[in-house]
Amino acid sequence: MRHSSKKEYARYLLDRLHQEIDRPVTVMEVCGTHTVAIAKSGLRELLPEKMHLLSGPGCPVCVTDDYDLDVVMAMSRQEGLIMATFGDMMRVPGTESSLLQEKSRGADVRVVYSPSDALQLAKENPEVDVVFLGVGFETTTPVVAAAIDQAVQMGLENFSVFSLHKLVPPIMRVLLDDPEVKIDAFLNPGHVCTILGTEPFRFIAEEYGKPCVVTGFEAVDILEALLLIVRQYREESPAVDIQYKRAVRPEGNPVAVGFIEKYFTPVQSRWRGIGEVPGSGLELRDEYVQYDARKRFPITVKPGKCRKGCSCGEVLKGLKLPYECPLFGKVCTPAKPVGPCMVSTEGSCAAYYRYGRQKAGV
Amino acid sequence: MCLAIPSKILKINGPTAEVDIAGNVKEVNIMLTPEAKVGDYVLLHAGYAIQVIDEKSAEEIFDAWEDAHEALQ
Ligand code: SF4
Repeated sequence: MRHSSKKEYARYLLDRLHQEIDRPVTVMEVCGTHTVAIAKSGLRELLPEKMHLLSGPGCPVCVTDDYDLDVVMAMSRQEGLIMATFGDMMRVPGTESSLLQEKSRGADVRVVYSPSDALQLAKENPEVDVVFLGVGFETTTPVVAAAIDQAVQMGLENFSVFSLHKLVPPIMRVLLDDPEVKIDAFLNPGHVCTILGTEPFRFIAEEYGKPCVVTGFEAVDILEALLLIVRQYREESPAVDIQYKRAVRPEGNPVAVGFIEKYFTPVQSRWRGIGEVPGSGLELRDEYVQYDARKRFPITVKPGKCRKGCSCGEVLKGLKLPYECPLFGKVCTPAKPVGPCMVSTEGSCAAYYRYGRQKAGV
Repeated sequence: MCLAIPSKILKINGPTAEVDIAGNVKEVNIMLTPEAKVGDYVLLHAGYAIQVIDEKSAEEIFDAWEDAHEALQ
């Protein structure tokens, strides 16, 4: 669609939304890319008063727990070990330091664009152990599983994965069960659903009676999805709809899901500010334990103290807006982040800081 | 973090393929999309194709990706 016609279409959709909404609806997006798109487009200001948008735990970096980060830092300090990570993780603070700080103090930390770069590092450096820091939701996990598959094929013995992978459907259930959190509908993460399809989200419509719409990443995609939600409510027919048909099929990508299931098994996992959630993380299956960095290099650290005033947990659950955190914009800024929600470009706090400061009066 | 970029497959060499991303040729892995053929469009994430998509979708997603990419710079 060309720019001008897109604008017109956006106007049309907004108009429909204003006319068709007949009850207050609170919608949560569970995807950092949506958070950025919404903040950047200024959509919140244009929506009907009855429509509230909340940002959920949609940024895999932001939901990583302090304790897990501290273990990662400790591991990166081991002799004869290369820690390979996506760039997003470099500045994320644990209780004491970040990977960037560890690197400046001599740890061998490498930023890679793909887990296949980490495989390459392992191949080129047979005398050291290469640990790939696996962070991400279901979009990223099959890619990491495929890399493990390649390591198995190649007989690479010095490659392993530190899995911080998290699963989206279980955390959505946690939010739905939390009496404090009031959500009427979800914008589902587009590329997570490229992999998973719609089936793993059906419980939201069927057990909780709430609409969810798999949504693309442009302002008009989000508006279309919101209109679908309003219509689902009006027709009292909650379902999992796909707005983002360009990239999402109802069945997802079964080959990719097969790779996840072959190498990983769900385990209890810690989410920042939310706590332990059963079945919401992934670890390597017993048959592939040699590729599990946590088992290969068992490290425990003393639980660090939570930073005073950090409201990441409440922000991630949609209970607080970023500028309601006492540290927002004063103590905590993208240049000097206190919590990961301010570090990651897709974190809610970073998105609000970047695009919403005037409104927040900060 | 979950961004994905559309690209066109130029050549397939076993589990990897050469793709064209906005005029740049890059080698990517196609293990997760074994059905992908030369000439197909795929969505890329972290160096791996994660889904085969049609040409029109690829163009539309590319526009959106450019916007998002700009926003994240
Ligand atoms: S502003 Fe900073 S400290 Fe407050 S919730 Fe956001 S990331 Fe955490």
